[in-house]
Amino acid sequence: MKDAMSDGPLLELKQVEKRFDLDQGFLETIKMRNGKVIREKRSVHAVNNVSLKVDRGEALCVVGESGCGKSTVARLIAGLLKPNAGEIHYDGTRIDNQSRRSMIPLRKKMQMIFQNPYASLNSRMNIQQALEEPVRYHNPGFSRGEVRDKVAEVMRSVGVDPSWSARYPHEFSGGQRQRIAIARALTVDPEFIIADEPISALDVSIQAQVLNLMLEAKDQRGLTYLFITHDLSVVQHFGTRVAVLYLGSVCELADTATLFENPKHPYTRALLSAVPQLKDDRPNHIRLRGEIPTPINLPQGCPFQSRCAYANDRCLAEQPRPVQQPDGSMVACHAVEEDRMVD
Amino acid sequence: MSLLSVRDLTVKFAMRDNTVTALDNISFDLAKGERLGIVGESGAGKSITGFALMNLLSRPGFIDNGKILFEGEDIANMSDAQMRGIRGNRMAMIFQDPMVTLNPVLTIGQQMVETLMAHRKLSKAEAEQIAVVKLREVYIPSPEERLAQYPHELSGGMRQRIIIAMALLLDPELIIADEPTTALDVTIQADIMELLLELCQSNKVGLILITHDLGVVSQMTERTLVMYAGKIIEAGRTREIINDPQHPYTQGLINALPQQTKPGMRLKQIPGNMPSLTAIPAGCPFSPRCEYVRDHCRTTRPEPVQYAHVEVACHEVNRLHRENSEEQSA
Ligand SMILES: Nc1ncnc2c1ncn2[C@@H]1O[C@H](COP(=O)(O)OP(=O)(O)OP(=O)(O)O)[C@@H](O)[C@H]1O
Ligand SMILES: Nc1ncnc2c1ncn2[C@@H]1O[C@H](COP(=O)(O)OP(=O)(O)OP(=O)(O)O)[C@@H](O)[C@H]1O
Ligand code: SF4
Ligand code: SF4
Ligand SMILES: [Mg+2]
Ligand SMILES: [Mg+2]
Repeated sequence: MKDAMSDGPLLELKQVEKRFDLDQGFLETIKMRNGKVIREKRSVHAVNNVSLKVDRGEALCVVGESGCGKSTVARLIAGLLKPNAGEIHYDGTRIDNQSRRSMIPLRKKMQMIFQNPYASLNSRMNIQQALEEPVRYHNPGFSRGEVRDKVAEVMRSVGVDPSWSARYPHEFSGGQRQRIAIARALTVDPEFIIADEPISALDVSIQAQVLNLMLEAKDQRGLTYLFITHDLSVVQHFGTRVAVLYLGSVCELADTATLFENPKHPYTRALLSAVPQLKDDRPNHIRLRGEIPTPINLPQGCPFQSRCAYANDRCLAEQPRPVQQPDGSMVACHAVEEDRMVD
Repeated sequence: MSLLSVRDLTVKFAMRDNTVTALDNISFDLAKGERLGIVGESGAGKSITGFALMNLLSRPGFIDNGKILFEGEDIANMSDAQMRGIRGNRMAMIFQDPMVTLNPVLTIGQQMVETLMAHRKLSKAEAEQIAVVKLREVYIPSPEERLAQYPHELSGGMRQRIIIAMALLLDPELIIADEPTTALDVTIQADIMELLLELCQSNKVGLILITHDLGVVSQMTERTLVMYAGKIIEAGRTREIINDPQHPYTQGLINALPQQTKPGMRLKQIPGNMPSLTAIPAGCPFSPRCEYVRDHCRTTRPEPVQYAHVEVACHEVNRLHRENSEEQSA
């Protein structure tokens, strides 16, 4: 039964911030500045003022360079990290301020898949044990037989022969392991899956197997995904919407087709132009100048300024806010807002 | 004469109870200044090929058979002393992880000067000058200052550019680059690839680019080898291989890419996995996964034959071609 609440987005992030403090000890934080002793804490600004909505049945892809905060966003949503500011709502309920205990019913609805399938599978449990555990946990009333049937059903659904259930993770190939990790996530009939680079470590032919499995689950079970990847061809195939992250801020958020047809943010444009095309032998990418700043000393103004060809004084001083465009996409860029980018 | 000519190269690994074949009778040529891609899935033998060409295989791996002719000289059996005149000098290798090449306790300048002075009669000042020129060629900003920096003080993209500068230091005739940008972000990868392409073209340096990314191969190389389970199963002009692959495995690899299927539709997957070296099937190594398999595929090893502009090792290539064209005209 769906209640009235489910009309809204399944997941909503409101101005979420996450910092990691670097200096732990008191002494480390003591600094001299202009002859005065001050206390200064350095921290990594991993996620800055991120607002996102994910509707039911959607596959929101999050893309961006290494260190831009993708995994941190995933871990915040999964409740593995607490935000420093902002709110996270799931199905109309605020979840970021809840205790681990009160999160338990939610755990069943929300599952996480990691890049490294070893991270989602215990190497000392065979596949039967690994799959049984969540079934038991979420269905305490199940009999032995019911548990076994459920496990076999799940294995078949991901194309792994149930007769292999006594094998251990290392006896499977990377693709099989990742399929089993997905199977494990599916055993509890979740409604929302957070997948952090689930296929990045796999070969092309195996990527196709795993991606097909995830697509099937989406179509047949109406699953909703937050899918993190750096592979834009996967985004184009799998995503219904895309959020482009740069140094912890969302710089562009759009429907997948809109983003690929008409990217607007200078970083999105550079990113799309950098993808090597299969049938085009003239690399024609936009060269970015400058080095990537670290999220430790975030610049004032636009996070992309050091590499942007359109940066001006306003960009150095004032951080651009996301602005809705006529085609529905959200773009955080002064040049786009002022319409001073030449196409 | 080819710059490099590999003939029947076979590499084995001595395991505890037996030996396994990692490279099985591979042959190919590389002309001066030519750019060749080696593609295939993880474990296909791409890196082993690179190591073998540099004569860098270490136990338990060894060259069991075959010739590696570098400008006519067989380097397969050269001693370390003889190799020193070639490796790093006339032939250089770029690895995926820059820290394999860079020494963490020496500055960039010390490492470049040391390499130069080991191979050329140069003063330290002259060597430093060359180092600065090479760093500038790879667009390292303020190269004079970089000489005093340690590898860990530089970003990943900058480290990989320095590796390229070091590979070019002694003006080699051949660079072997093993997944040189896999660890880097897309935008930085594109910069580095463009740079590598530019430098190889302007200095007429031959390039062997090892990667699993067909897009990269398509942009960077003139010819491509496709490897599967230690064998070359298809070879030819990159354009032909991407646009009109003949081997069922190459077709499968290209068709499995997300951009080959309409968004949201089921991707075409190749069933199964590549066999491990200890369990390579008799006959055609691809036979357990091949949808066109016939009985003789399971017993007789297909040899490479010239077909439609490419060399392909498949018994059924004629039939496949016929069926495909019938399908298209139907
Ligand atoms: N526990 C932590 N302590 C300190 N810094 C952290 C911690 N976790 C992440 N960071 C930093 O926060 C930033 C964002 O990291 P995150 O892992 O979210 O990036 P990412 O986008 O997932 O990158 P990748 O593509 O490499 O996985 C990085 O600068 C990272 O070094
Ligand atoms: N020291 C070793 N002992 C035994 N087998 C080895 C050794 N090194 C490599 N191999 C095997 O040789 C085969 C080819 O390895 P290679 O590293 O060339 O693969 P690759 O094509 O470069 O794969 P990747 O894309 O993962 O880098 C693999 O099956 C690997 O397991
Ligand atoms: S706000 Fe300015 S610096 Fe930032 S992306 Fe737009 S033009 Fe570039
Ligand atoms: S030789 Fe036979 S099994 Fe091998 S690729 Fe050709 S058709 Fe397939
Ligand atoms: Mg991550
Ligand atoms: Mg390799």
